[in-house]
Amino acid sequence: MTYIAKPKFHHPGLKKNELGYTHRDYEGKISTLCAGCGHDSITASIIEACYELSIEPHRVAKISGIGCSSKTPDYFLGNSHGFNSVHGRMPSVLTGANLANRDLIYLGVSGDGDSASIGFGQFAHSIRRGVNMTYIVENNGVYGLTKGQFSATADRGSKSKKGVTNTDNAIDLVAIALQLGATFVARSFSGDKTQLVPLIAAAIGHKGASFIDVISPCIAFNNHAGSTKSFDYVREHNDAVNRLDVLVGRDPIAVDYAPGTVQVVEQHDGSKIALRKIDADYDPHDRLGAQTFLAKHAAKGQIVTGLLYVDPDAEDLHAHLNTVDAPLNTLEADTLCPGSSVLDKINASLR
Amino acid sequence: MKPTDIAAPDYFHKVVDCQWACPAHTPVPEYIRLIAQGRYSDAYMINWKSNVFPGILGRTCDRPCEPACRRGRVEETPVAICRLKRVAADFKDDIKQRLPYPTAKNGKRVAFVGGGPASLTVARDLAPLGYHCTVFDGDPEAGGMMRTQIPKFRLPNSVIDEETGYILGLGVEFKGGHRIESMKALLAEKYDAIFVGSGAPRGRELDIPGRKEAAANIHIGIDWLSSVSFGHTDKIGKRVIVLGGGNTAMDCCRTARRLGGEKVTVVVRSGFEEMKASPWEKEDAIHEDIPILNYMVPVEFKHVAGKLIGVTFQHVKAEYDAKGRRNLVPSGDPDQTIPCDDVLVAVGQENAFPWIEQDCGIEFDKWHMPKVDPKTFVSTNPKVFFGGDAAFGPKNIIWAVAQGHDAALSIHKMLSGEDITERPLPEVHVSSQKMGIHEWSYDNDVSIDKRFKVPHRDKVVALKDIRTEVELGYDVKLALGEAHRCLNCDVQTVFSTSLCIECDACADICPMDCITFTNNGEEDDLRHRLKAPSPHPDQDLYVSSDLKTGRVMVKDEDVCLHCGLCAERCPTGAWDMQKYFIEMTHAGSTCPTKSRSAA
Repeated sequence: MTYIAKPKFHHPGLKKNELGYTHRDYEGKISTLCAGCGHDSITASIIEACYELSIEPHRVAKISGIGCSSKTPDYFLGNSHGFNSVHGRMPSVLTGANLANRDLIYLGVSGDGDSASIGFGQFAHSIRRGVNMTYIVENNGVYGLTKGQFSATADRGSKSKKGVTNTDNAIDLVAIALQLGATFVARSFSGDKTQLVPLIAAAIGHKGASFIDVISPCIAFNNHAGSTKSFDYVREHNDAVNRLDVLVGRDPIAVDYAPGTVQVVEQHDGSKIALRKIDADYDPHDRLGAQTFLAKHAAKGQIVTGLLYVDPDAEDLHAHLNTVDAPLNTLEADTLCPGSSVLDKINASLR
Repeated sequence: MKPTDIAAPDYFHKVVDCQWACPAHTPVPEYIRLIAQGRYSDAYMINWKSNVFPGILGRTCDRPCEPACRRGRVEETPVAICRLKRVAADFKDDIKQRLPYPTAKNGKRVAFVGGGPASLTVARDLAPLGYHCTVFDGDPEAGGMMRTQIPKFRLPNSVIDEETGYILGLGVEFKGGHRIESMKALLAEKYDAIFVGSGAPRGRELDIPGRKEAAANIHIGIDWLSSVSFGHTDKIGKRVIVLGGGNTAMDCCRTARRLGGEKVTVVVRSGFEEMKASPWEKEDAIHEDIPILNYMVPVEFKHVAGKLIGVTFQHVKAEYDAKGRRNLVPSGDPDQTIPCDDVLVAVGQENAFPWIEQDCGIEFDKWHMPKVDPKTFVSTNPKVFFGGDAAFGPKNIIWAVAQGHDAALSIHKMLSGEDITERPLPEVHVSSQKMGIHEWSYDNDVSIDKRFKVPHRDKVVALKDIRTEVELGYDVKLALGEAHRCLNCDVQTVFSTSLCIECDACADICPMDCITFTNNGEEDDLRHRLKAPSPHPDQDLYVSSDLKTGRVMVKDEDVCLHCGLCAERCPTGAWDMQKYFIEMTHAGSTCPTKSRSAA
């Protein structure tokens, strides 16, 4: 880790967003992860996306579990709410927070161990319930903190740093998320910010369970020949189905591509996603098609990235539960306990 | 763009903005680090080698380094480089043992006309090589304009004595009170070489009505300062007008305040902003209750019965023609007469060589300046060299020093039978500063302190005595704080393409957004695609060769803090912090002419 604090000085010509903040204002403390960690690039992408969206930092709650990935919320949005929960329990803490205050933007940050092993059930249920959140898995296929054992997302046949071959089948979190009904599903790569930053921004704008699996090479234990989560392997096998060009609400969308190659998706909050198709036949509104596409390409050893599925009309947990519009934590006693006359009426209606 | 050739000595030299801007190329960050470490004597010697007069320049330099300082592009003010130089001089131990020893003479004799900074620099470089150096000066003591024109409240005699003493102590013969009146006679003495460092000793006249009639109370600035310096003049009238806007004018007005001038006014033709005087000298004058009036052209000295009573000025305004040239035209306001008892004329200096005969083989140009080669400083007489103000007109001490070094090299080469036009390259050292995984041999934690003010003596006390130095200099604590503001620009970010895995860690951590990974292109195009704006095209882009993904690494050197975080966050050591140290070629340097080992 670095001993010095990142200097306060910033480039004098740095642009400011609508709130008058530079991207430096969305930073947190200096990273204590290994030099070159992919997670730091994801941190930088989250910072960039929040800056681009002109998000007020106090409107964000960042929640994480345990692991290298779950340390990262300390490194971005230093002025936001944060909760570093128990291992694998980020989804339930986030669900609870979301129920109590539906007005905040929820950013769940987890890793492959946190979400695919100890917290697999928690992950599944938060997705299944449609909690309005952006769930980011920083996926390096390895237990970095305990020195490089295979995690549950490590591909069968891939090699550890010591040369051991993985014999277990891998969990593909994207496939599971699709199956469990996530309404925004994407995969990206920490080494490709031009793809990742707009994906994160789009996910934040999505009302419902957004899930992004970000492959993030572990420099210390999983960036060697034989790994399928190394910089070189991912770059060679990356099969991007589309690119998100412009989606930030404040910017008008400039559609200057050949007809049929750009698909505009309007989200609940009014923001728009301009999807530039790379694979002409890929339809991001077809859940079943996405699942098949993924399975086919996985069999060929390809890593499919991009926005894989989105349901722009999705509903979230609050809609399912028919809760009031006001955040529950703002309801006063007289609203929550309207008095015995109301109780009498309810009782009477049940007789 | 082509990959940057960091092996070219100038590439990294330019990154050290202060050193690049300094005519003598003093290794500024190196001596500032030594000051921070309390190694004042070491810091002094680095300066002494490069600019010969650290104590004098630490008080009087025109500081071309400071406007260039990178810190000035990062925050409001540059590092107080000049005053830190003074710190090295103030707090050093006895350094006499570190000076070169007078060596056995090589039998060659060099004569010097004038004992100012240019001549003394040449003598300093040549004497240790065995040359017999004889310095002639019309004044009794060495120092030239440093002694005669700079007031003692800015530069005490003790500092001049000490630093000229170091040079004369090398076995240099000084003949004070011996003005050279004839070049022909000097040439007849069969010196092996002659160096003319006689300065620009003539103050420019102001020929307007009344000049002759009121002459008793109208003084030429530099002559008057010189007269004050030697104690011949010790008073002036209560109301004084100083004409001129250069540093000499500032010295004149502040000196007048100390010799009885109660109402001293500076009047300049141009606008206040365009004055030639350094901003800090203007500030100091204003601080001593001296108003500076601008856009006023003197048209007449008013006098009654041979006694000066005032100066009449015409008000003007600036107008710019189609080519952007400025003309001062009458503003139409009525002329104004400012009453006064004395006038000091400081409207410029000129060279004068009445003592150089036509038939010495020294040719002059149409401006009556000697024809001097700007690299070798040789005149049309191969044995006669010029330097300092005598060569190219009035400039600052640091220029005289830089030219002196070059002239000394020429003289040494000529007298060694070598071609003086072949100039050896400087010697360059580049070495990694890595001490541990995240430890560097320099302090990479960037200070966010604002520039520290140099303490001044109380104005009432300072104005009482002309020999009382106004600036007190930094104390050790302030010096340490100011030294920490230096960004260590000589510790270079060195990139190895073959080691880079394009993980983006450096680009993510860089506090100044200097680093971009992108597709290559022409410079103009690239500058528009960087992570942060690139407003200074004179600052280089450091471009790598092609990386694995086909992109290149582009670093805009402009506002890099040299904090080393790119290197700390790099997992493969593709970035390294390497100290660049350049030794300028002086007479007797043994550096090979061509080859150079790079990073």
